[in-house]
Amino acid sequence: MRGARFGSWLALALGVLYFLVPLISTLEFSMRMKRGEYSFEAYRVVLGDPRFQQSFLYSTTLALATIVIGVLLVLPTAYIIRLRLPKLRPIVEFITLLPLVVPAIVIVFGYLRIYNSSSFLPMTASARATDLLLTFGYVTLSLPYMYRAVDSGLRAIDVRTLTEAAESLGAGWPTILFRVILPNVRSAILSGAFLTFAIVIGEFVFASLLNRPAFGPYLQLVGANRAYEPAALAIIAFLVTWACMGLIQVFGRGTRASRPSL
Amino acid sequence: MAFLELENLSKSFGANVGVHQVTLAIERGEFVSFLGPSGCGKTTTLRMIAGFEQPSSGDIRIDGRDVTGLRPNQRNIGMVFQSYALFPNMTVAENVGFGLKVARAPATEISSRVEEMLQLIGLPQHGERYPYQLSGGQQQRVALARALAVRPTLLLLDEPLSALDAKIRISLREEIRRVQRQLGITTIYVTHDQEEALSMSDRIVVMNEGRIEQLGTPFEIYNYPRSRFVASFVGTLNTLATIVTDPASGRVEVDGQPLTVSGLNGAKPGDRLTFALRPEAISFRSPTPGINTLAGTLEEVSFLGSIVRMRVRFGENVLSLDTFNTPNEPPPSRGDHVTVGFAARDLRLLDNS
Repeated sequence: MRGARFGSWLALALGVLYFLVPLISTLEFSMRMKRGEYSFEAYRVVLGDPRFQQSFLYSTTLALATIVIGVLLVLPTAYIIRLRLPKLRPIVEFITLLPLVVPAIVIVFGYLRIYNSSSFLPMTASARATDLLLTFGYVTLSLPYMYRAVDSGLRAIDVRTLTEAAESLGAGWPTILFRVILPNVRSAILSGAFLTFAIVIGEFVFASLLNRPAFGPYLQLVGANRAYEPAALAIIAFLVTWACMGLIQVFGRGTRASRPSL
Repeated sequence: MAFLELENLSKSFGANVGVHQVTLAIERGEFVSFLGPSGCGKTTTLRMIAGFEQPSSGDIRIDGRDVTGLRPNQRNIGMVFQSYALFPNMTVAENVGFGLKVARAPATEISSRVEEMLQLIGLPQHGERYPYQLSGGQQQRVALARALAVRPTLLLLDEPLSALDAKIRISLREEIRRVQRQLGITTIYVTHDQEEALSMSDRIVVMNEGRIEQLGTPFEIYNYPRSRFVASFVGTLNTLATIVTDPASGRVEVDGQPLTVSGLNGAKPGDRLTFALRPEAISFRSPTPGINTLAGTLEEVSFLGSIVRMRVRFGENVLSLDTFNTPNEPPPSRGDHVTVGFAARDLRLLDNS
């Protein structure tokens, strides 16, 4: 018994060390920009860099667009699959998992072949169209997370009966979807949204190969040319991700608290 | 012309027939129950009336208008579900007012109607609560108010009390009936609970295997079941397997003991016939001329409070009988030899279907 407990503590300690040592080392290193003293100089430089602000703003905007398009695509799909076409569910699940199996580089090469400037739909010919293409790419990348989050949210409510109750009260499809179903899966959508945000903020391959000024390529650029700033950026990126995960937890708890107790 | 008419309504699910050629006419203001075991087609029929299922064939007319092809949101039918189906994100008042809001009624009308409905169901103080803050019985009352708020032409209730405990069930069924009478709304009530159907309905439709077995008032259904299924599903039923000895004088035999019955026209000596007998028609008797008596052994005694239910065995046959509890007379014990009696008119010949 005692041995088993010691073993679990040891495993936990090793795990914590495995995660914390690199993190603390990065943090420590990021604070040594000024010789002989600890400071946040690297953070000041990074945060003051206009390219940081531009690329972070660019990625944030794209992340928000990705979330909106993702929700508009996934919510009605998951809803209809659950309500009317349950037989298609395995197929749709398979499709939504594909981005995990097909490497991003393959997807983006596919995009470049199909949408290049001499193709029938030359989306890479202008910056705005490329932004749109990049956003669609991000929607694809976030599909496994968004679909699963929304689908498990729908599983937690009685979609069929709520739909029928609303229908018998005279409601049409848009009313049912946006006034009855959406508010009840809001926390699931939010957790999907935060995951999407985290993915888009750190994404490199799509943005780099489509040559867009996103945060991922900026991270790479700084990492290749500077010493202390990449460490500061890594810590900032970690904080953003953790904030997203913390928000998922907060909203996840919100659902459980408001769920009927009967 | 009846208010709601179902004509040859059928529904198949692949090779399975869910509902088969149901024809039914319900008058305005009537309270009709669909009663039957699970899978008998009662809920499917209800869902076709509501518009959630499309019939494979047949017509549905409400007040002379054919609604068969209409979507559920075009039918103006109120529906109450077993699982309440209140919208968890809305307060009680928002739930009740949902239908009116969808219909774009003015805000003042919505709030006055919501108030009126909450008064009707006896929850006037609960408008600002959320469904999860209410008990099951309260949630179902809100669901009823929500269904009625839009002034539907027809109210459908799909096993609304099944998820509630026994005491609430009884008080709520009285309340549903009170509200229904007060508003005079034509109502269809689906249940597998015969007591609910018997106590609430103007008429009962007993369904089995997708067909209507019998349609009648609770009194008719209980006392004059037309088939073995109805007799056994509604109430407790004794069946007596008899052998005809003398058809002319109405004599049959149960486990070697003679009985006199009526309605043996066409039977031959040696025919095996089954009769139904309600527990309350049987009592302890000493052998008396003109009354059928059977001697047997008491196999089981259940004390149920106001009623004592007993089972008496005669060879292969077992009869259940109910007697009222009398405080100064303890019930007999298991194993006692007893004689029970019943009138010949209480025996109902069952068709063998």
